[in-house]
Amino acid sequence: MNWLTEFVRPKIRTLLGRRDVPDNLWVQCPACEQMIFQRELEKALKVCPHCAHHMRAGAAERLAWTLDEGYAPIELPKAPADPLRFRDTKRYADRLREAREKTRHDDAILVAPGTIEGQKAVVAAMDFEFMGGSMGAAVGEGLLAAARLAVLQDAPLVVFTASGGARMQEGAISLMQMPRTVIATRLVKEAGLPVIIVLTDPTTGGVTASFAMLGDIQIGEPGALIGFAGARVIEQTVREKLPEGFQRAEYLHEHGILDLVVPRAELKATLARLIGLLRVRQIETAAVDATA
Amino acid sequence: MRHFLDFEKPIAELEGKIDELRRMSEPNGINIAEEVARLTEKADKQLRLTYAKLSAWQKTQVARHPERPKASDYLRALIADYTPLAGDRAFADDAAVLGGLGRFEGRSVVVLGTEKGADTESRVKHNFGMARPEGYRKARRLIELAGRFALPVLSFVDTSGAFPGIEAEARGQAEAIARSIEACLEAPVPVIAVIVGEGGSGGAIALAAGDRVLMLEHAIYSVISPEGCASILWRDAAQAGAAAEALRLTADDLKRLRLVDAVVGEPLGGAHRAPETAIAAVGRAIAAELPGLLALDPVALKARRREKFLEMGREGLG
Repeated sequence: MNWLTEFVRPKIRTLLGRRDVPDNLWVQCPACEQMIFQRELEKALKVCPHCAHHMRAGAAERLAWTLDEGYAPIELPKAPADPLRFRDTKRYADRLREAREKTRHDDAILVAPGTIEGQKAVVAAMDFEFMGGSMGAAVGEGLLAAARLAVLQDAPLVVFTASGGARMQEGAISLMQMPRTVIATRLVKEAGLPVIIVLTDPTTGGVTASFAMLGDIQIGEPGALIGFAGARVIEQTVREKLPEGFQRAEYLHEHGILDLVVPRAELKATLARLIGLLRVRQIETAAVDATA
Repeated sequence: MRHFLDFEKPIAELEGKIDELRRMSEPNGINIAEEVARLTEKADKQLRLTYAKLSAWQKTQVARHPERPKASDYLRALIADYTPLAGDRAFADDAAVLGGLGRFEGRSVVVLGTEKGADTESRVKHNFGMARPEGYRKARRLIELAGRFALPVLSFVDTSGAFPGIEAEARGQAEAIARSIEACLEAPVPVIAVIVGEGGSGGAIALAAGDRVLMLEHAIYSVISPEGCASILWRDAAQAGAAAEALRLTADDLKRLRLVDAVVGEPLGGAHRAPETAIAAVGRAIAAELPGLLALDPVALKARRREKFLEMGREGLG
């Protein structure tokens, strides 16, 4: 159970240390192509002020936007690096090293305990920048650690997903992260705690078809691509044009697969409200304890 | 007429010669028994040599062999009183997923299978073994039924994967798969899954998160098809052979990685050469696993199943 001792040791690395972007930088919105002042964009949580397009965000940003100040990501259990000694046009070991250099994260997930508007929560966030947010053993271990920490701290589990699916370079080991992460959701649910999944752009494949669809509450970010099969594969299979807005958060909401589509600016407050509404039992127990 | 794979050409030629000799000898009464015996021995040897060192890509072809026994063949041969049960109670019945009640060696069980079909008509009917959300929801319903009546679940997996379609996505393909995995993991009864042909990604694990996962010698089990992997990572689908090798999708590899529990040997030249023998071997393997699982109480059974999956992937090939 060495993951337990790891929990108390926060990561030394500061998360937002490299965000010293020059103030005069302009960013073009990929949706409306308008130019946005970098500082304005950061303030708007990477949502275009012109067209409300929600740009992709990294795991560190997710934690910063969601948790109250003073949180720290935990050290996650290590998974074997390159278990299959996989090599395509490049070695997986090299791809991993490059992704680590680029993102300064160990793998495609960060986990931090903290509070959301004063309410306890464990937040896990996937990082699409790290090999497309793909799920291998490290992501599976990360989610399991997050689930166990949530149970240990009697806190809800909130997961931000962003993933192209399973990490092919880990072969069937990545496939087995599907049942493993399903078990993670069970651990939290069995402890009477809520699992809230926030699906962000993009969430597809084996991640969608496992823990990401098993939240007590399913939230999507506006415009986020969420699905099982890739659009190209579907087009090739059915030889039909895909409907407008297909596999977007709003489409899934309409089809009864998501509870809510919540703009980024309202997400933190929404999460806090949902946790407050769901955790009546905990609050009542605490009240009874206080009067006893 | 037997369907031969590319790498089986030398065997095909030998067997063709044997057939020819037999045909010639019958009307003429010429004794060519010796020659036939010699050629047969040669063909067997060739077959043994070829199948002893199949590459991952060759195994992929064997796993997809059109004459390979299908889930329905296993059901027919191993399950008595098979009574198919249909539908997800919400939308439709999915013919890609077979399911129902029956008896395995006298014991009442719930059986599941992904069915590819054996000819054009049945392939279309079963959607080539690619299930839609209804299929996974039917599976979940039947696993829960098994739990209610303390019946073991036997699942025969042979699918290239879940169906990638517009309607499938609209009806929650991902959610249906996730819930089916969950149903396997949560079942208070033994769940034995056998990868009999292709174990294609999420569509396979949906019916294979069991206490014991068996895999046929020449079956494959992978997170993505070699073709799909090659077109993404190599940007060239023609590299499927290299991708098959890299993905470690053979029964031996999966056993070595402890992702499956046991490998069931196939008759010489693959299950398609002697389907009855292959099916009987699977039956014996299931029969060997079942008593140990039935001896466990539901709580211990579930805990052990969970522990097994939690241990997976902790070590690589080393």
